[in-house]
Amino acid sequence: MMKASLLKFHATIFQRKSMSSGRLNYRLVIFFIAIIFGVGMSMPTFLQTEKGAKVSLGLDLQGGLHMLLGVKTEDAIQSKIKSIASSIKFFAQRGDIIIDDLRIAEEKITLTLLDKDEEKKLDAMLKEINGLHVNKEALSYTLTLDEKEKVLIKEYAISQAVETIRNRLDQFGLAEPNVAKQGEDKILVELPGIKTAEDEQRARELIAKAAHLQLMAVDEKKQDRANSMSPSEAAQYGDVIMNDAKSDAIRYVLKEIPVLDGSMLSDAKVGFSDMQQPVINFTLNSEGAKIFGDFTANNIGNRLAIVLDNKVYSAPNIRERIGGGSGQISGGFSVKEAHDVAIALRSGALLAPVTLLEKRSIGPSLGADSIQASLIALISGFSLVVGFMLFYYRMAGVIANIALVVNLFLLIAIMALFGATLTLPGMAGIVLIIGIAVDANVIICERIRELLRAGVGVKQAIEKGYDNAMSAIVDSNLTSLITAIILYVYGTGPVKGFAVSLSIGILVSMLTAILGTHGIYQFIMPYIEKSKNMMFWFGMKRSH
Amino acid sequence: MEFFSKNKVYNFMDKSKFFIVVSLVLILTSYGLLATKGLSYGIDFAGGTLVQVKYDQQAPIDKVREQISSDKLFANALITEFGSPDEIVIRFATTTEGVSHDVGDKVRELLKGTGNFDIRKVDMVGPKVGSELREKGLMSTLMCILAILVYIAFRFEWRFAVASILALVHDVSITLGAIILFNIEISLDVLAAMLTLIGYSINDTIIIFDRIREDIRASKQVNLFDTINHAVSQTLSRTTLTSLTVLFVVLTLFLFGGEIIHGFSFTLLFGVFIGTYSSIFIAAPLLKWLGFDIAEYKNKEALKEKNKIEKAKMRAMYEKGTV
Repeated sequence: MMKASLLKFHATIFQRKSMSSGRLNYRLVIFFIAIIFGVGMSMPTFLQTEKGAKVSLGLDLQGGLHMLLGVKTEDAIQSKIKSIASSIKFFAQRGDIIIDDLRIAEEKITLTLLDKDEEKKLDAMLKEINGLHVNKEALSYTLTLDEKEKVLIKEYAISQAVETIRNRLDQFGLAEPNVAKQGEDKILVELPGIKTAEDEQRARELIAKAAHLQLMAVDEKKQDRANSMSPSEAAQYGDVIMNDAKSDAIRYVLKEIPVLDGSMLSDAKVGFSDMQQPVINFTLNSEGAKIFGDFTANNIGNRLAIVLDNKVYSAPNIRERIGGGSGQISGGFSVKEAHDVAIALRSGALLAPVTLLEKRSIGPSLGADSIQASLIALISGFSLVVGFMLFYYRMAGVIANIALVVNLFLLIAIMALFGATLTLPGMAGIVLIIGIAVDANVIICERIRELLRAGVGVKQAIEKGYDNAMSAIVDSNLTSLITAIILYVYGTGPVKGFAVSLSIGILVSMLTAILGTHGIYQFIMPYIEKSKNMMFWFGMKRSH
Repeated sequence: MEFFSKNKVYNFMDKSKFFIVVSLVLILTSYGLLATKGLSYGIDFAGGTLVQVKYDQQAPIDKVREQISSDKLFANALITEFGSPDEIVIRFATTTEGVSHDVGDKVRELLKGTGNFDIRKVDMVGPKVGSELREKGLMSTLMCILAILVYIAFRFEWRFAVASILALVHDVSITLGAIILFNIEISLDVLAAMLTLIGYSINDTIIIFDRIREDIRASKQVNLFDTINHAVSQTLSRTTLTSLTVLFVVLTLFLFGGEIIHGFSFTLLFGVFIGTYSSIFIAAPLLKWLGFDIAEYKNKEALKEKNKIEKAKMRAMYEKGTV
């Protein structure tokens, strides 16, 4: 079927070209349009103008950081459980429901209700929580999350991490950060703007910062035993032990279920304390402010610990009810650190920690070396091929070389138009394309020579040469294209760049090498026919 | 300029047994190397870390080795010169999961005091990603071969398809042997070169097969032996010239492209060479070995043509309303 239609296709071109073979022909017109398009659209890339679509350099050529991150989604479930426990506690306190023994064990919450009369109220509240599975034995409750909810939480944790990291990096002030979900559970982070090891370190710390702010009550009854208590003992009392941010020697016994957490934060800004130390001032949203106000009113004289990423930054005494919902994190930050923490808090906490699966960090000097090396390869490869074609085919070689140059312009133009990225393997792909693109013209020239040798007239030899060469060119280019496409689908990072330049190059070469050169031949046909010097036109000994 | 004499028909078929034996020996040697020496996977596929360090003078390799091995994490680190005496590459299997502090940072700390250096590149591939990339790599190679098989079977005939795939497997196997022999690490780039090779080395084979197909259609000749000889000879200049232009550019990549794409350009350089050889000496003779018969092919083609005409007739009749 395809064979037949292809042949028919050739036949129709053949007919049209014998009609149109004069000086100007449609092939030449298309070729001219291609030249104008190619040169015009590739200029922004060559001249590096401000405006216009350009081919951007990949991380391996301009330097930068590429990371593939994983998300520990199990931790997101854990923190969801924690926040459910927090809200049950808050609800119970507001409604004077007496709950005993509210505990978190792995992915379960257990609690016991003391007064049976309040069962309905509590049940109604629990029913409002999505995906919560309630198991009751008399007044002992066991709460778990159902599987569907867990899947949702995991998915949300990933998309939230993508959003959060993107927000953080946008605010960090680097050029063109790229954060995207890759596959089902991975996050791709690309930072082309990174130039130094220090910048890279800061960016990585910012990305990884959980920025999990918690306001937690100090367990005043147990605090004096902070240094001797083991974590498992603390868990028995519903407490956790946390270290001070500045010194591991200072430890706090805190109520495991936080008063509130960073999800109720509405803003965070860098400020300066009275001692001119950088601090972070945060504001809570209205719900958070209410909880904060209630808690401070009920706990005057106790301490409230401000905990960031499981480190206690301060634990001031509550002297009075604090309304308005604002607080401060202080703790010997440098200005840069405070700036980064504020960004992280504003962008929100990561619901689940991220892990490093793959990292590729390239220094700008290496990128520059790679560009230089591949440019040398490009220029020398190009000169070799162009020189060979001239030497072997003379005028036919000139024509093939014109097509080759146009091919390169078009390749860059189309890559720019698609916003493609040029990687080191992509550069290698362009060099390779130079070798592959002239193949079509070699095949055509050889066909023409063959016909000339057989005594066919030069005009017919050219037309028939194109016709005979077509099926081999189409078949061989299509197989190359198939592999390039598969390479694109399965490849990652820089290799994808190679596949892109290879496939665009193959397609473009079919246009320039087949259509373009044919148009030129038709345009100059009268001259070729008049001349008897086949050495000049096709580099072969034969006077016709 | 002309390289090959105009109308000479070389007798390739007469020597086909010799070349097939040569190729079989090469293939068996390659698989022997694969079995004994084995592929050395780079960190892309095996997982691990690679740190490229450039010093402002000759790199103090011994000092670096001493420093690096002082940390248990890097006990089996491999430290080698990279391209120039100033530059070294440190490779080890350890990877870490922490985003804010990773093995690259540790290496930086350890190297303090070994001189003025610039860490130019840190590549770390975790074990999970490594095995995924390996899977994808194998998958894409198989997909490529399968896609080409289907395409050629569709455009030619199944024996052409099988012959070209055998030639491809031949090229890939021997190139793999060369990769092992020359201690090239299998990286993503090398895989990309392999896949490109699959797509490219088939081109020469197609040019020859295309010519065989054409010759069969054009002449009454039914002797496959002569047809193949004729077709291969006729296309000889084309096959060598197209390979030559690609060899030119791949050679420049190999010579000037830099150390980073060394594996890539080596694979292509060797592969294009072996691919051209197999197109000329192996692929076409395989047709005969696979039992391709011109008379049978012509009959089939005639039958196809007849069917087409029948169909067209039926359609015409249907359209006229006579059926």
